[in-house]
Amino acid sequence: MSRHRKLEVLVVGGGPAGIAAAVRAAEAGLQVGIVDDNPSVGGQIWRGEASKQSSSLSGEWFQRFSSNKIELFSGTRIFEIDSEHALAAENASGTYEFHYEKLVLATGARERFLPFPGWTLPNVVGVGALQALAKSGVPIKGRKVVIAGTGPLLLAVGAHLKEYGAEICLIAEQAPIGKLIRFGTALFRTPSKISEGIAFRRRLAGVPIVTNSWPVSVQGSCKLESVTMRSGNKKWQVRCDYLACGFHLVPNTELATLLGCKIEDGVVVVDSLQQTNRDSIYCAGEPTGVGGVELSLVEGEIAGFAIAGKIEAAQRLFPLRTKYRNFAERMERAFALNPKLRDAALPETFICRCEDVSLERLREHSSWRSAKLHTRCGMGPCQGRVCGPALQFLLGWAPESVRPPLSPVRVESLAASVED
Amino acid sequence: MRDLVQLTVNGTSLRVARGSTVAAAVVIAGRCGFRRSVTGDLRAPLCGMGICYECRVTINGVAQCRSCQIVCDDGMEVVTSE
Repeated sequence: MSRHRKLEVLVVGGGPAGIAAAVRAAEAGLQVGIVDDNPSVGGQIWRGEASKQSSSLSGEWFQRFSSNKIELFSGTRIFEIDSEHALAAENASGTYEFHYEKLVLATGARERFLPFPGWTLPNVVGVGALQALAKSGVPIKGRKVVIAGTGPLLLAVGAHLKEYGAEICLIAEQAPIGKLIRFGTALFRTPSKISEGIAFRRRLAGVPIVTNSWPVSVQGSCKLESVTMRSGNKKWQVRCDYLACGFHLVPNTELATLLGCKIEDGVVVVDSLQQTNRDSIYCAGEPTGVGGVELSLVEGEIAGFAIAGKIEAAQRLFPLRTKYRNFAERMERAFALNPKLRDAALPETFICRCEDVSLERLREHSSWRSAKLHTRCGMGPCQGRVCGPALQFLLGWAPESVRPPLSPVRVESLAASVED
Repeated sequence: MRDLVQLTVNGTSLRVARGSTVAAAVVIAGRCGFRRSVTGDLRAPLCGMGICYECRVTINGVAQCRSCQIVCDDGMEVVTSE
């Protein structure tokens, strides 16, 4: 038997977008609940900060969150649609059936990993991953770290890990320097971003940063010992304890897809009030297009105001949203992935880590569906969330349809959701 | 020891800062791998945020728990499968 919870507004995801939507709806007197997969509220960017109130922006929003009556279900995951306006969820203590009048999808994003020989070795991790692990208690002080991939996240995480006492040996950006200079010039339209960038660079004083560069292989027996980097025709080895790689963020659109929301170019389509094509379902933050914490907050606020019927308050935020969206678009162009990154994966490199399926076995197939049926690629517990975005880049395969359950669940939970 | 929690990883007792995840405890316990893949490869956390399932361990007898998403508790028994 599932526990039933009736809420006027159900928010899925407790990151900045989810918090902002929940706060604006709760301030208007609506009964709001947040369901979040993580151990505490804040999403990945504010992971572990709820009790510390460190950055001023997060502190401000955690304050608003705690001063409103918002019910929080941490460590809880939606895995299935129960009925019209009801979702099934699971946590350590059992199953829930959440009934809602309005739903906000604030499911965030994950990192895109690009396979290369040795990327499955322990201590080869994501960029956001290493930050999340460090915030979760993994010792990082004195550890040698190489950061590779693309985008401002590399610098942000580098600066953060350095403060934790890590030794940042190298930051490798795959984009060529020319594109970055053009992006830098365009930044003058968003001055706050320039000072942010300068601050990161200052905090990373002494750290070598190379462009047009990425990892091609790693060395180590039971865990990572060194990484071979390349830049143009030059190759060299760097000794390190961790290699953190991140090649953009990928919106988490699985729940939106399951609910029948319209998806275009990998993002959830919304109107000016953040409403999807499905009645009563809103979407905010990274699932509508990756744009960072400021855009997530403003989209969340707009969704929350819209649900509360405060249309004018929502409309006042439109110019700010436009500004951050434009910034995100410029960033996407500057950090577009170099097609040469495809050559990093060799025929024998595993692409699907759940089922250990190599690139050469996948190349025998023309679509993900065919590869799934014959190799089990994408059929493991991550359900294609890691190999899917990699395959889209490597072979141009479109994402497969989404089927319930959205994540591995206990048999009892499935049984409970069928009973109800 | 209000700020520490005591748990075991593969039978060995250790204390970690309160609020640490089970993944952190496994690293602190000195394990470099968390599990073996279907072809026997050693694996450890990749995504750090509950997506990839590479950090799966057994916690208090429950198999397939994502150690990066679960916070350590006093008396917890964690078993890796590498």
